[in-house]
Amino acid sequence: MSAADFAAIRLTLELAAVTTAILLVVGTPLAWWLARTHSRLKGVIGAVVALPLVLPPTVIGFYLLVALGPHGPVGQLTQALGLGVLPFTFAGLVVGSVVYSLPFVVQPLQQAFEAIGERPLEVAATLRAGALDTFFSVVVPLARPGFVTAAVLGFAHTVGEFGVVLMIGGNIPDKTRVVSVQIYDHVEAFEYAEAHWLSAGMLVFSFLVLFALYSRKRGVTR
Amino acid sequence: MTSAGAAATVMPSTSVSAAATAIHARFRVAWPGFALDADVQLPGRGVSALFGQSGSGKTTLLRCLAGLERAPGGYLSVRGEVWQDDARGVFLPTHQRPLGYVFQEASLFAHLSVRRNLEFGMKRVAAAARRVSLEHAIALLGIEPLLERMPEKLSGGERQRVAIARALATSPRLLLMDEPLAALDARRKAEILPYLERLHDELDIPLVYVSHAPEEVARLADHLVLLDGGRVLAAGPIHEVMPRLDLPLAHGEDAFVVIDARVAAHDEAYALTRLEFGGLPLWITGLDTRIGAQVRARVLARDVSLALSERHESSILNVLPARVVSLDEADAGRTLVRLELGGSAMLARITRRSAVQLGIAPGMEVFAQVKGVALLR
Repeated sequence: MSAADFAAIRLTLELAAVTTAILLVVGTPLAWWLARTHSRLKGVIGAVVALPLVLPPTVIGFYLLVALGPHGPVGQLTQALGLGVLPFTFAGLVVGSVVYSLPFVVQPLQQAFEAIGERPLEVAATLRAGALDTFFSVVVPLARPGFVTAAVLGFAHTVGEFGVVLMIGGNIPDKTRVVSVQIYDHVEAFEYAEAHWLSAGMLVFSFLVLFALYSRKRGVTR
Repeated sequence: MTSAGAAATVMPSTSVSAAATAIHARFRVAWPGFALDADVQLPGRGVSALFGQSGSGKTTLLRCLAGLERAPGGYLSVRGEVWQDDARGVFLPTHQRPLGYVFQEASLFAHLSVRRNLEFGMKRVAAAARRVSLEHAIALLGIEPLLERMPEKLSGGERQRVAIARALATSPRLLLMDEPLAALDARRKAEILPYLERLHDELDIPLVYVSHAPEEVARLADHLVLLDGGRVLAAGPIHEVMPRLDLPLAHGEDAFVVIDARVAAHDEAYALTRLEFGGLPLWITGLDTRIGAQVRARVLARDVSLALSERHESSILNVLPARVVSLDEADAGRTLVRLELGGSAMLARITRRSAVQLGIAPGMEVFAQVKGVALLR
């Protein structure tokens, strides 16, 4: 494999790690709210979170490009803050990945929170634990399998993205050229051997991640 | 907050005024298909049972006491502290109320060992406010051998004992229990009841106990709040509420009264024990009580018959002079008679025909033949 291939792998892992970290921070309160709320907004927000599951990545990428671009609302804001415009940068890629992988983190967390139910929270309250205390000392430990699933799926899904990356990241070595794009480039250039190395690597990686995830789940219920 | 740890557990509550020790609760909730409208005063010590059918509102009332349910416009004061007074904008959230709560089903934290479950509440209570030590709570509930186990490895009865100890370890000023035995079979129930009685005898913490099981109420309760359809039908000391002919309790198949008595003597030859209440003897079988001990006995209305003379050839051990207080003929073919004897009330359920033939009438002196006495504690 070439240096460009390794650079793409490194960039991909970096992107997935940063994206997963942000998703856990953003997705946890969002999932908690979705699991607990009786608000009429629940349906709307739940649907928005799930959109990346069904939309073509090009659609998400296109709108992100428009929103983050120099004339888009987010673009205006980032420019006003002196951050420049995000498309075709690593930061832009992170934003796109966060949106794209959001349901893969929020949904397992939401399910884990819903499975805990009301009772442990009430028990904690009768044992003097306030809301935040209860969240960290009861909810997080009880929802641990949900957090693991969310992190693994968020990471793996980000590694596997292509369409959104291409739309808002482009193909800039060391900045936005991730493995999936690198494979595309190899194929376009008829470099099938190189494409094989990376593709097989992705395949094995994804299989191992999912295998580990599903084996663990079975172990828990047993 | 009291500073001394051990001294406070035996706080003399007799010296505190009645108003300061009482629990006053006023809650009104109206949900679709259910309404609760209760205004109750409970004593600041002993066991108060909230008793009624399912759907009578007893659990809702308990949850309002805990602040788990928010009844707008409600009021609650516990031993002189106002926990909720919506008229003045006061509402302490549950976690700020010094209470212990035991839920109906096992509610231990699955991710924590028994010991860490016990410590969960205790370590959230300021050291100066701890009056019940962890060791005391563990000893009271007999859970020493379970400490290092995980909740999933415990039986239902063991889990409930741990849950009770966990609540106690927070040194609550009010203990609330929502049918803690309902999910258990008869053997597990029998395993836990003695521990609940120990709480009653050894701790000065008022306990509000929700139940629909008359035998639990008979054993534990000092005070009874009878709920029906979200309303308080009657409230008062159990000795006063149980014999009331105007309440459905007295008309049930298993209607009973409880009599608090003292163990007076043993008759080794016949393996009998003589209890005494209000100067009257009450014989029970068995010798396993300590002389001088205070015990509680239950007498079922259907186990009491009436005679006009004491000298009645019969195998019945307990024939006691009594005075007829009132009669009720609401149930077809039966007459329910309220008696007074030795300062206690007793119920007798006899046939209408017998009542007429004997000419039973209020004020009459009769003899109560007590066929069965169950020792409760």
